[in-house]
Amino acid sequence: MTYKFEPTIIGFTCNWCSYRAADLAGTARIKYPPNVRLVRLMCSGRLDPTFVFKALASGADGVIITGCHPGECHYLEQNYKALRRFQLMRRTLVGLGLEPGRVKLIWASAAEGARFASEINIFVEEIRALGPLHWGVPDDEEPSTVHSPLSEMEVPA
Amino acid sequence: MTQHGGTSPKLALSESKGEERIGVYVCHCGTNIAGVVDVQEVAEWAAAQLEHRGVVIGREYKFMCSSLGQELIEKDIKELELTRVVVAACSPHLHEHTFRTACKNAGLNPYLCELVSIREQVSWVHTDKAAATAKAKAVVSGGVERVIRHAPLEPLRVPIHPDTLVVGGGIAGIQSALEIADAGYHVYLVEREPSIGGHMAQFDKTFPTLDCSACILTPKMVQVGTHPNVTLLTWSEVEKVDGFVGNFTVTVRKKARKVIEDLCTGCGICQEKCPKKVIDDVYEAGLGYRKAVYTPFPQAVPKYPVMDVENCTYFEKGTCKACEKFCPTNAIDFKQQDEILTLQVGNIVLATGYDLFDARRVTNYGYGRLPNVFTSLEFERLSNAAGPTNGNIVLRDGKTTPKAVGIVHCVGSRDRNFNNYCSVICCMQGLKFAHLVHERTGAIVYNFYIDMRTAYKAYDEFYQRVLEEGTLFVRGKVAEITDVPRRPDEDGHLIVQVEDTLAGKQRRIPVDMVILSTGLQPRYDAKETAKRFGLSCSSDGWFIEKHPKLDPISTMTEGIYIAGCVQGPKDIPSSVAQGAAAAARVLGKIQQKEISIEPVRASVNQDQCSGCRICNNLCPYNAISFDEDRGVSLVNAALCQGCGTCVAACPAGAISGTAFSNDQILSQIEGLLLLNIDEPVTA
Repeated sequence: MTYKFEPTIIGFTCNWCSYRAADLAGTARIKYPPNVRLVRLMCSGRLDPTFVFKALASGADGVIITGCHPGECHYLEQNYKALRRFQLMRRTLVGLGLEPGRVKLIWASAAEGARFASEINIFVEEIRALGPLHWGVPDDEEPSTVHSPLSEMEVPA
Repeated sequence: MTQHGGTSPKLALSESKGEERIGVYVCHCGTNIAGVVDVQEVAEWAAAQLEHRGVVIGREYKFMCSSLGQELIEKDIKELELTRVVVAACSPHLHEHTFRTACKNAGLNPYLCELVSIREQVSWVHTDKAAATAKAKAVVSGGVERVIRHAPLEPLRVPIHPDTLVVGGGIAGIQSALEIADAGYHVYLVEREPSIGGHMAQFDKTFPTLDCSACILTPKMVQVGTHPNVTLLTWSEVEKVDGFVGNFTVTVRKKARKVIEDLCTGCGICQEKCPKKVIDDVYEAGLGYRKAVYTPFPQAVPKYPVMDVENCTYFEKGTCKACEKFCPTNAIDFKQQDEILTLQVGNIVLATGYDLFDARRVTNYGYGRLPNVFTSLEFERLSNAAGPTNGNIVLRDGKTTPKAVGIVHCVGSRDRNFNNYCSVICCMQGLKFAHLVHERTGAIVYNFYIDMRTAYKAYDEFYQRVLEEGTLFVRGKVAEITDVPRRPDEDGHLIVQVEDTLAGKQRRIPVDMVILSTGLQPRYDAKETAKRFGLSCSSDGWFIEKHPKLDPISTMTEGIYIAGCVQGPKDIPSSVAQGAAAAARVLGKIQQKEISIEPVRASVNQDQCSGCRICNNLCPYNAISFDEDRGVSLVNAALCQGCGTCVAACPAGAISGTAFSNDQILSQIEGLLLLNIDEPVTA
């Protein structure tokens, strides 16, 4: 069976700004593609690069990291630390032979529901253009070990 | 339980295959979720496909947050011996507390409950039902994986300092300060102008009752100024805010008045003798003068004047000192320096108000170019008996009474070129001006409006009254105000060019004076203030409340409340109500003496810590210290705010963050990716 490629994206949000922007996008019924699944963190500074690599290794085609605008961090300045880590992460991605565009950092304040939705739109298209990160497993083969044991329980949506 | 459409428990009590016994509850939220997500399928899928993870029951219900919905969960916790609960409903910012309480009621630690959002993040933003249902399943799966790693937690208890800081001495701030002070608690009221009173002190009459503004405001000002529980800090600004709810440390700069408050009696001789006249841009809106040493208005509270160092002759040229010579109590002190005060407070109310929209930006209305075009604040001063013209409504020349006056509504508001929002007060303000002009000059008055918005108690009656008084209303947005005549009868007049949308005609109406019913906008430094207090502004620049309907007083930062126009344009009654409401919130907090806060904190596992000190410099609150003797870093839980930056940075994985541990997040990611949404292409 052939599958039409739909990117799967993990989004990391900050409890104080971008998660609220996502809430606001919802309240305002601003539509964006269903490809993104959000994880709430207390701050973009909480983002351990492991999370990103874990997401990419476990089946995500892209990761979007969102945080408060520079200077507006709820914890004073931790989004700058997220920014620094993001730069290092991109270098690591290149080192691993992945397209650096699979990981993106954007800023969205609690008031920017529309902006949040439009950034998701843009990123989904960017990842769609990059194509799948995970090669599909042919029907007659056992799933490879790349997938976590959880993916064995996968059912079609 | 079939009436709820839930699947019956698949496993007998001892048969759970995971280590935990998890209940999954999917909310319809009426049709809010169920209209897009197939909730029944999600619940059944969770019970069947996540059984190996410990899910023993999957249910859906119309309104999980209702008492019946909560009872459903409570009953299951008891009967099925659930050890974990996942609720798929709205944003945790709305109902996390509700479901945690339900768990607590049933004897389950509240932190073993996870609320995942399938409304704001799924049903409200997606239209494809199949894809939305698939995403909802993924979100539930993420929640299940996460909740397995949850640990029982106890909320942290922090003491509440009984003192309160109120920033802004307008009517909202005054009301707030008075309510708290009357209840017996201490308040610091900080105001950056020389006197409290705010915009309301500049007005002559207040709509719709036409009370004299000063008559109703000044008693409150005096009350707050003399209240034993209020420390009034005027001519002062908040520079820095540290700490968190219950324990804020606030740094206030008390600017040098150059007047010793302990000696000054407020007699006013210094103002009388000061030879320097300065245009008063603030209180008189540029229409009148004040001295270089001044109180902005006679009823100012406090009564002590301030010296305007930039304009004082002594500071400019080194001679004069008239004020010092004549002061009967030697209260003038040219060497006085700014004072830096450090205040300890438990709660903060921000009531920093608004700025008037700069009417110069609407160039076609000619404000600043055509002398007889006035802003609303200028007209307030013109019509004020204590104002520069003693309440005579005259043209800019200071003597001519206008025979025809045009009042333009919605200046800078409801206009995509400037501000999209409605400034709320301008319609009533325009009607008030119409009444005052009519009453005092007998002039013909035209009101140019887009829509008449008089929705409040006794407001529409006032509109009817102004209509009956003979004011002429033209429905249409004014295109231009010009002094270039086309017809002989327009000579020497201002001409208002407007489309009369009711009559379907273009009109040119000659008038002598135009009053722009100018809108409100956020303070020019609202962004900086927001940053200083750790709040956020909407795209318009107004401070964001915790919930636009149900919590317009609180902010996302615990312990900081907003009142008055800082939250959005509003009239005096609403500002007063909000000021009082903020005070009620503060009092509630103070009386609890201590409050619970989320136990989101970092801690170091000392056995794992290698003492690399990478985390030491990452903490913005200096909560991490290094124990030289043992060679390990330590987190001070009282200072930690739980951002988790150190947790993410620790190369040894020795720092863990409660409620947001690596385990929890990594498992959630795995759960979220359990399903991918690749759709089979039908050949």
